[in-house]
Amino acid sequence: MINSIPVAFIFIMGSFLIPLLKGKIKSVYMLSLPILAFINLIFLPQGQSWQIGFLDYTLILSRVDGLSTVFGYIFILITFIGVIYALHVKDNIQHVAAFCYAGGALGVTFTGDLFSLYFFWELMAVASCFLILAQRTTDSRKAAFRYFMWHFFGGVCLLAGIVIYVSIRGTITFSYIGLSDLGTALIFVGFCLNAAIFPFHSWLPDAYPRATITGAVFMSAMTTKSAVYILARTYPGSEVLMWAGAFMTCFPIFYAVIANDMRRVLSYSLINQVGFMICGIGIGSQLAINGVVAHAFCHIIYKALLFMSMGAVLHMTGKIRATDLGGLYRYMPFTAVFCIIGAASISAFPLFSGFISKSLTIAAVAEHHQTIIYLMLLFASAGVFHHAGIKVPYFVFFGHDSGIKTCEPPFNMRLAMGIAAFICVFLGVYPAPLYNILPFPVDYHPYTFFHVIGMVELLMFGALAFTILILSGFYPAELRAQNLDTDWFFRMPGRAFLKFCDRPLKTIGKRIDTFFLKIVAWACMAPIVSVKIEKQFDKVFHKFMALFPSVIFTLIKPLETESRQISWNLLYILACFISILFFLLFLGG
Amino acid sequence: MTPRKPLNLLEGPDIQRKFIKNFYITLCVILMIDLTAFFLFDRQGHFPWEEVPFFNAVYGFTACVSLIFIAKILRWIVKQKEGYYD
Repeated sequence: MINSIPVAFIFIMGSFLIPLLKGKIKSVYMLSLPILAFINLIFLPQGQSWQIGFLDYTLILSRVDGLSTVFGYIFILITFIGVIYALHVKDNIQHVAAFCYAGGALGVTFTGDLFSLYFFWELMAVASCFLILAQRTTDSRKAAFRYFMWHFFGGVCLLAGIVIYVSIRGTITFSYIGLSDLGTALIFVGFCLNAAIFPFHSWLPDAYPRATITGAVFMSAMTTKSAVYILARTYPGSEVLMWAGAFMTCFPIFYAVIANDMRRVLSYSLINQVGFMICGIGIGSQLAINGVVAHAFCHIIYKALLFMSMGAVLHMTGKIRATDLGGLYRYMPFTAVFCIIGAASISAFPLFSGFISKSLTIAAVAEHHQTIIYLMLLFASAGVFHHAGIKVPYFVFFGHDSGIKTCEPPFNMRLAMGIAAFICVFLGVYPAPLYNILPFPVDYHPYTFFHVIGMVELLMFGALAFTILILSGFYPAELRAQNLDTDWFFRMPGRAFLKFCDRPLKTIGKRIDTFFLKIVAWACMAPIVSVKIEKQFDKVFHKFMALFPSVIFTLIKPLETESRQISWNLLYILACFISILFFLLFLGG
Repeated sequence: MTPRKPLNLLEGPDIQRKFIKNFYITLCVILMIDLTAFFLFDRQGHFPWEEVPFFNAVYGFTACVSLIFIAKILRWIVKQKEGYYD
């Protein structure tokens, strides 16, 4: 038998060959990589393998078990679909970055030790950054910078946590970690940032709408879901996650309702959907973890489908704002149908994939008798139908006629959407193949009479609310606006600080300067004594004190970033580094 | 590529009115089914309200209406001009 290699390496190493190939060969090669990875994954031995000595520790590059296999399958599957969707793209950077990114996600999934986890974690951050940069606009460059700063911050927290964890436990292998001390808390923060848990979520709706059309499809699948995987492995049953998840399901829907950029609407609904998974992890029972995994699986497909359909609209019309779009079903009927299938799936309509996966988590919540959480999730289920289920297809493909004349996207895009749509419907109708690969045995039947009728009632009356509000004109109109999110607290103070150094501090400096010049001028009228005083004043005040503000300014100036602002994150990272060093000194002393 | 011939499936005010009428009829049918089921079967649930008929319908409707109200208030708080950060 052929020896299998860690799945991540197929993608990462395979990606280096892409720039050397051209035309059809390149397409075939890119499509063959996920297939190869899939076959390789089937042959990977169960349990831990590929253990490599590193310093005094052992790296475990392959840990195959129930949980990691499902995530491995879905990451490979979505890479396959994403590659089909991106076949027409000529830009090699995007392809290489996408494969490295997917490789990073697979690495995170299959690694069994914290060091290689950190390596793959950072690889994902760097590679996905290129998917934003490749859009090549000033806006995306700034967004990529902020995105990177966020993930750098998360990465530093993770690293600090790992260092503390390893120094306390003496091992780098990990499975269940649990919140117990500072180290585990820092690791937790690092994971939470990637899972877009409040208040660390604002990088997501900031960056994803600015990524490339094809890049956003990969991004919607990998970062948050690999974080969900890792949280499900390391922190199941943490009550804080249950509440954080329930909150995550609720607050983004308000933002999604008022967002104008369609990919931003999808980004907020992505946070909402990840909230269901995080909540399930917080519950931590077998049914809940099954729900998390199943939901992650279905979610990756239908969210990618929605991002693909919006990407197709952006690709063909160059517009993505709800204010610019409308009535596109006339020219893009296939895309409209695919989008509606994705929308029905995310809304958990019976016979679509969201229904068979979300129910598991909600059933687990009900089993635990968490009344408030249950009502929050139910509210979120109705809300998600409202913004992702109706708003997205309605404002883009129906609604008022925007007068845009266009046509269907290229064949490869339609094919990718078709495959994803097929999987959404297939799993919705026949969930057994998915249920069979879940980590725990499933004894759950989504299609009971009361469950179906209850869900249909919830959704249809949500739709009734939408209809009435639209017809009465009460529905918030689409506006071109910037809606502030928690990133305001990270973006504005830095800018204010720079402004403070620039204006008030400089002015004070000048005032002091002129004041003493005046005194000196008076003194000049007096005889010799005043000359002495003048010299002293000149020395002490004019030279040192008046220069002080401008010295501060010159010191701060280099920190000024490309986007003409001090990134507040930089200060955080600095503080983080300092605190790690301090902690290490503390331990050593 | 030249734009394809537009598909005019849903044009005209009549179709919209018909669509909405059918939608209301569907809602009534769903409620009827729920009510019949309430009398015919014994419903088992984890929460007391699961045994109440129409609970999900009422909850879904109020949830979505309150969602819009809160979103409107939220917009009033967080709305800024485009290019606010530039």
